[in-house]
Amino acid sequence: MFTNVKRTFRRRDQEVLALDDVSFEVGEKEFVAIVGPSGCGKTTLLRMAAGLDFPTSGSVRVGDREVSGPGPDRAVVFQQFALFPWKTVEENIGFGLRCRGMDADARSRIVASYVELMGLQGYERAYPQQLSGGMQQRVAIARSYALDPDVLLMDEPFGALDAQTRVVMQEELIKLCRVNPRTALFITHSVEEAVYLADRVVVLTRRPGRIREILDIASVRRREGWDTHDRIEEVMDLESFVHLRTRIWRLLRERQEDAAPAGIAVKSA
Amino acid sequence: MARLGARSSARSKGVPSGSELFALSTLGLLAFFAVWYGVASSGWVPSRFLPGPVVIADTIARLSDHPYAGYTIEAHTVASLQRFGLGFGLAVVLGVPLGLLMGWYRWVDDVVAPLFESVRFIAPIAWVPFAALWFGTGIGGPILIIFSGAFPPCVINAYRGARQVDTVFVEAAQTLGAGGLRIITEVLVPAALPSIVAGLRVSAGLGWQSLIGAELIVVSSGVGYLMVQGQTSLQTPIVMSAMVAIGVVGFVIDVALRALESAVQRSWGVEP
Repeated sequence: MFTNVKRTFRRRDQEVLALDDVSFEVGEKEFVAIVGPSGCGKTTLLRMAAGLDFPTSGSVRVGDREVSGPGPDRAVVFQQFALFPWKTVEENIGFGLRCRGMDADARSRIVASYVELMGLQGYERAYPQQLSGGMQQRVAIARSYALDPDVLLMDEPFGALDAQTRVVMQEELIKLCRVNPRTALFITHSVEEAVYLADRVVVLTRRPGRIREILDIASVRRREGWDTHDRIEEVMDLESFVHLRTRIWRLLRERQEDAAPAGIAVKSA
Repeated sequence: MARLGARSSARSKGVPSGSELFALSTLGLLAFFAVWYGVASSGWVPSRFLPGPVVIADTIARLSDHPYAGYTIEAHTVASLQRFGLGFGLAVVLGVPLGLLMGWYRWVDDVVAPLFESVRFIAPIAWVPFAALWFGTGIGGPILIIFSGAFPPCVINAYRGARQVDTVFVEAAQTLGAGGLRIITEVLVPAALPSIVAGLRVSAGLGWQSLIGAELIVVSSGVGYLMVQGQTSLQTPIVMSAMVAIGVVGFVIDVALRALESAVQRSWGVEP
């Protein structure tokens, strides 16, 4: 998917290298999470896959095609939800289907099925701002899923939610992905969230973002039977989970300490 | 729902509630009428300079049965409202799209802004000579003058609204497969709507004010004309009756647009 991606930004007449030589691939129906310190360019990576940003050099491909712009084959779930406040829950979920030119009957069937799947019954005619944050993000996820996209791109989707809601949403997302697996790229700064949700975790370094390591979670999950536990806290108590989490923390911290003086220098420049 | 409830109850602590506001407004009006009545009936001022409220009420009643300056006061008001509707409508139809285009496309902004920024400082009344020259006593003159008052706020607020659209909405629409036209009609315009509607309110107020100015000079019907006729025949009660009509109609227009504005803000989740 990503090969030798490099991205620089100009900031006050200075070239800032945001991402350097990032290459990795997300397999069919695989769930990959990217973690890294803030400002490491993880959101930029996701925006490139979405076609909202472009590499300075290197290439970003989805399937066989080079990404040239945004499209409904790659649905994005934004951290700020990005629901249209002037449209009802139903209209928000059906928006992409309408863009596709689907007739009203077929559309309302699909919308209704996702309303049910995401537990939004009774809120079909509500406006997003009348809902809690968790409910709003459910609508946003339903809006993306309704398009039956090849790839699901999620940019810290639970970052704006409170801790309890976040846990519930994580559990629901993992269930959703089990019922309805998708190729997914998930950005987060929460190590637990990444380990809990992903098949593989890509650890990025502080700016410029480079790949520190890619960890295979899926094999551990299968071997240790994580999926037999329904609750996130049970999984998080397992020794295998704690082990992976600590390893990622260590990876993040090592680089942070290495890079700290450089980081300060960049700021003062 | 719960969140909305909590928000409005929090607000009610500092600000008077609807019924309290109504009571305060009524009190203000009553005080005004009492002072007016007192001064007018005290004999300190000749009644030709300041007729009392009772005289005005009588005059309005009389004007609504007996045509003055060609028409009853209702017919004058309707004539004014028609002109206002045309001029204001034209300002909205041209001004809002222009403002939106200036907000979305930098080059439109660059082309239009210098001209617009200088022309908008010419007071509507300053167009009167040209209105008379170009249109005589026809409908075009007053429309030009209302338009010159109502147009700038339409443009400015639409522009501001267009500039403030959060790019995340546009990006979300793009990733959901929306094309350019759909993004304009279903994302950019609705996102700019609260600001557009706020502009309409300012625009309507200025348009209505300009209209009265226009009617003092270039037409032969309307409340402004009624005022001039009353003035030339030294009928102060008629002048004041016309002023009352202007005030009441302006107030009604503003209340209607304020209701529209807060309806949009409420359903958009924008704090007023």
